[in-house]
Amino acid sequence: MSPVTIPVGPQHPALKEPESFDITLEGERILGVTMRLGYNHRGIEKACEARSWVQDLFLLERICGICSHAHSTAFCMAVEDIASLQVPPRAQFIRTLVGELERIHSHLLWLGVAGHEIGLDTLMMYAWRDRETVMDLLALLTGNRVNYGINLIGGVRRDVSAEQLEQVLRSIDFLEQRVRYYVEVARTESTLHQRLAGVGPLSMDDARRLGAIGPTGRASMVDRDTRRDDPYLAYGEVQFKVITDWHCDVYGRTLVRLGELLESFSIIRQLAARLPAGPLKVKAPRKVPAGQAVARYEAPRGEDLHFVRSNGTERPERVKVRAPTLANLASVAKMLENHRLADVPIVIAAIDPCFSCTDRAVRLARSAGCERLSWAELRQHGIDWYRREAGLDLAALDRRLAAHPPPGGPP
Amino acid sequence: MTAVLAALLALCVFPGLLFAAAGGLAAEFVDRKLHARMQNRVGPPWFQPLADFVKLLSKEELIPGQADRFVFRAMPILALAAATTALFCIPLFGPRAISRFEGDALVVLYLLTLPTLSFFLGGWASTSPYASIGSMRSLTQLFAYEVPLLMVLMAPGLLAGSWSLSGMALFFQAHALLALSNLPGLCVALVALLGKLEKVPFDLAEAETEIVAGTFTEYSGRRLAFFRLAVDVEAVVAASLLASVFLPWGLSLPLAATVPLYLFKVLAVLFVLALLRTILARLRLEQMLEFCWKWLAPAAMLQLLISVLLAGGLSR
Repeated sequence: MSPVTIPVGPQHPALKEPESFDITLEGERILGVTMRLGYNHRGIEKACEARSWVQDLFLLERICGICSHAHSTAFCMAVEDIASLQVPPRAQFIRTLVGELERIHSHLLWLGVAGHEIGLDTLMMYAWRDRETVMDLLALLTGNRVNYGINLIGGVRRDVSAEQLEQVLRSIDFLEQRVRYYVEVARTESTLHQRLAGVGPLSMDDARRLGAIGPTGRASMVDRDTRRDDPYLAYGEVQFKVITDWHCDVYGRTLVRLGELLESFSIIRQLAARLPAGPLKVKAPRKVPAGQAVARYEAPRGEDLHFVRSNGTERPERVKVRAPTLANLASVAKMLENHRLADVPIVIAAIDPCFSCTDRAVRLARSAGCERLSWAELRQHGIDWYRREAGLDLAALDRRLAAHPPPGGPP
Repeated sequence: MTAVLAALLALCVFPGLLFAAAGGLAAEFVDRKLHARMQNRVGPPWFQPLADFVKLLSKEELIPGQADRFVFRAMPILALAAATTALFCIPLFGPRAISRFEGDALVVLYLLTLPTLSFFLGGWASTSPYASIGSMRSLTQLFAYEVPLLMVLMAPGLLAGSWSLSGMALFFQAHALLALSNLPGLCVALVALLGKLEKVPFDLAEAETEIVAGTFTEYSGRRLAFFRLAVDVEAVVAASLLASVFLPWGLSLPLAATVPLYLFKVLAVLFVLALLRTILARLRLEQMLEFCWKWLAPAAMLQLLISVLLAGGLSR
């Protein structure tokens, strides 16, 4: 059989977001993978420059539906850094609490997706059912299941009551018991092990060279975690282990995520025991003083990086977001080398990709024949293009009518 | 005249198309409901398979421009016809099937292989890369599970000294305890059946997350409905086959007893299939081949050996 190229994406059941992987196959074996990014570019960074600081906070929270708190917290931290705001400790703790709950829901979601990709839908149903517990907790604490909106520049929007904390601890106990069960399943269930072990190998050297971060890197023994290496929020005041694994494959990435879940439960218990009293926020200025800052945040998928520059006005001059998936994507092609078609979905899923987080960079065209547009021109081009594509190009219709007037003239 | 009428009735109603289709849809419901309940879901209402079928019938049908139109159109009908025909030779509510002759066991197996071949040809004819890869997989799979399945289905025949399913059923009515020696074969057949029906862990040919819908990717509307019905009918036919060959007890009882007994046996087979597909992950092609040749085929050989030794002992 001669080599065939099959498109996995931009529309494919294995991918929940549009991204293209063209896979060249000889029988079942992969000869090469071509990736294309950029189907989900939404112009969020540019849009930030046209909005006020507070509006940006809510816009950036919507970069991702899973790690939304990571993005809004990273932005807050950068802005608070520029404006030299001292966020009250209670607010720091509440942000950390919500951040860890978010990690739990993200990792449980991933576990379900991983099960689905290898045809074990039962794992997906179980993991997602248990994930509802933590979604309910987030709704209880913040009022929202996703895009919690708990952050404000200078603090948090809502307090946590003692009853709410009790409920959190009760639910955490239940979840811990469930996660211990999943760890046992991962260690003992043979078809699961067969599908995960040895799949998508990424050696420690390759992981470092390709810049893999988060659970993907830690499963290849890259011992990096922003929470420990550069403590932010309340992470300096809690004890936790950074989970690494020597398997260097999808199985290792599963174990790392499950291990991180158990650590998150421990962090939440410590936070709940030591939640300091005090105010929830400090007043933030409407105009942030000129300056720039970088904030690092360990999102569930790896380090999330925000760069913010202010020119002293009501709006930021530049906001740059480097989502963790962008750092991990380069390693996917390496992981797929010499593998089989059947492993493609789980290898892609194993970095826990979030393509809409990632697709932010506009490709800079340097080749001849390209034109550069100003922001206003680009905007007009977009409006025209969509009118045309939607079949609503009234101007063209007018032109055609003018060129070929209907017989008898206009009524 | 009455003979013609009876034949027509047999073709169209029992055990023909209507019975097979109703049984197939019911089997799909049972499978989906059990699967859902085991996964902690509510599952579909009883009429869902029928509703899906009717909905698909009313949908637009697209045929890819480059497809071989004749093969593409003929394969769903062939699959359904072959699966339904197999039902005539299987003893359902008594030890004697409607149509019985020496060698009908082989004919049933052949007819049950035809749907898989039609999936292959239909997928191949549709020329889509997903469907082509699905077709290759379904054919590769066929060689892995078909041999063990054939061997274990022949084992009771060796013991009974008959190549007819009705002959086997009649033999085991007389020697009920001997049927116990076929239980290892039942286990092998259940696993092989997962491959034949293309269910997890052997659903490589239509692995959704890898190759979209595999062989069925380009099918839509009526043809897809018939393909799906063929898979359902195949499930109920295969379950009936296993029930009559490996669980032949009680077939000579009065009809009022054999009908519930038949339902019970078929449901038990469907339950095991649903359980297996709930708790297992999809294997890769080479893992599937390795499992079938390394474990399933030797187990089938063991069953053959048991039957040969027992048959030798009986004839002495």
